[in-house]
Amino acid sequence: MIPAAFEYYRPTDMAGVLSILAEHGDDARVMAGGHSLIPMMKLRMADVPHLIDLQDVGGMSDITVGADSITIGAMVTQHDIIDNAELTAAAPILREAALQIADPQVRYIGTVGGNVANGDPGNDMPGLMQCLNASFTVVGPDGTREVAAREFYEAAYMTAREDDEVLTQVTIPLPAGGYAYEKQKRKIGDYATAAAAVQIVKEGGSCVSASIAMTNLSDTPVYSDAAGAALVGTAVDDAAINAAIAAMLGDIDPTEDNRGPVAFKKHVAGVILRRAIARARSRA
Amino acid sequence: MSNKKHITLSVNGKTEEFLAEPRELLIYTLRERLNITGPHIGCETSHCGACTVTIDGKSVKSCTMFAVQAEGAEITTIEGIGGPDDLHPLQEAFKEHHGLQCGYCTPGMITRATKLLEENPNPTEEEIRFGMAGNICRCTGYQNIVKSIQAAATEMNAAKEAAE
Ligand SMILES: Cc1cc2nc3c(=O)[nH]c(=O)nc-3n(C[C@H](O)[C@H](O)[C@H](O)COP(=O)(O)OP(=O)(O)OC[C@H]3O[C@@H](n4cnc5c(N)ncnc54)[C@H](O)[C@@H]3O)c2cc1C
Ligand code: FES
Ligand code: FES
Repeated sequence: MIPAAFEYYRPTDMAGVLSILAEHGDDARVMAGGHSLIPMMKLRMADVPHLIDLQDVGGMSDITVGADSITIGAMVTQHDIIDNAELTAAAPILREAALQIADPQVRYIGTVGGNVANGDPGNDMPGLMQCLNASFTVVGPDGTREVAAREFYEAAYMTAREDDEVLTQVTIPLPAGGYAYEKQKRKIGDYATAAAAVQIVKEGGSCVSASIAMTNLSDTPVYSDAAGAALVGTAVDDAAINAAIAAMLGDIDPTEDNRGPVAFKKHVAGVILRRAIARARSRA
Repeated sequence: MSNKKHITLSVNGKTEEFLAEPRELLIYTLRERLNITGPHIGCETSHCGACTVTIDGKSVKSCTMFAVQAEGAEITTIEGIGGPDDLHPLQEAFKEHHGLQCGYCTPGMITRATKLLEENPNPTEEEIRFGMAGNICRCTGYQNIVKSIQAAATEMNAAKEAAE
């Protein structure tokens, strides 16, 4: 399994990256950890005549926990997230989700930027970032802009990022309340059959805000506004959870593949969301 | 055709310099160019971990990295961990506790386990199973791999204490 030949670049700053992207257009692609891209190149499902390795660019490997938000550089790895105690204290759902991605070897190399930019519906971080209402910073020839995670995903491998833009950072408003990332997979290292990211805030026994996003149940991650709304104002009892699941099932659109037929995926989505809400509630 | 790149790597403490196409995967560099055949190709699709090596302190599937990405890096393979005359405690433990049958997965298993024990010198069975989840074995059923890693951890911790 040898990929097609390509030119390799290892620029040392973002200006260098952008100028190669400008010169070669969609014949050029950036690579972070390469753990989604290289398998696709080996299968010759991705053809990348000009490969730009981001490892020497710098400035994209920091995790900063501020008073109201967290920023995570695009080159931060899944392992870095798991390993960062300050981040885990501020947003424990990130560690809980990262531990369910792939396997130890992949987590040392796979980056947050690559995971959210990839556009594969199987990736776990896009749904997670939608749940957390994160935004992505992208830089291109016309400067820098912010795109909300909830508006970033258009279709499988199609995102709001233009071909000549690079994603540099993820910003997450400091989350509050109880959380859970729950994932059903066939084995460790597998993408989700269904996964749910949930954050719930309760005050005096009643839910005041809830955020729910689902992974691998459509050609994009699915942020279900209606599912969250079904919990707000309730004690997050069984009736409210049933209503949230019904609302979520109206928003997803799974297709049949080797993880199962549509009916099975909908069933699993319901089971996983029920567990995720129960766990988030117990932590709220 | 693409330009060859001049690549310098340190493999098991030895500097290696060569010209290679950027598409050359590190596992091929090791096995075919440098004749370092400990790391195996099991799946070639990033799943089995037979090709695991340590690169700058991280366990990496070398079938999923281009050699050119590792430019300037320090790489350790099973050959750098221990040999027939100076077995590493993990190698000794795998031998003693039947941590292998056909042996195909073993170089990747042991290379990964060195890093696991470095990060967590006293792992529980559950932590071993989770930390070794990127390595697949078709023979042993894993039971004796877990036992071997536990035995090596005990041995290594005792040796460390004795040295202190
Ligand atoms: C065996 C295996 C199991 C896996 N299991 C899971 C899993 O369960 N869940 C999961 O979420 N992922 C899984 N992955 C994928 C893994 O998490 C990837 O590492 C991740 O999806 C991509 O990160 P990367 O840094 O490797 O990106 P790369 O492979 O380098 O890039 C992926 C894509 O994003 C683009 N890109 C990368 N960085 C940027 C940037 N900064 N700006 C713009 N575009 C960028 C690239 O051009 C490419 O198109 C698995 C991978 C393997 C090999
Ligand atoms: S050969 Fe590299 S993971 Fe299987
Ligand atoms: S001993 Fe045969 S694959 Fe593990």
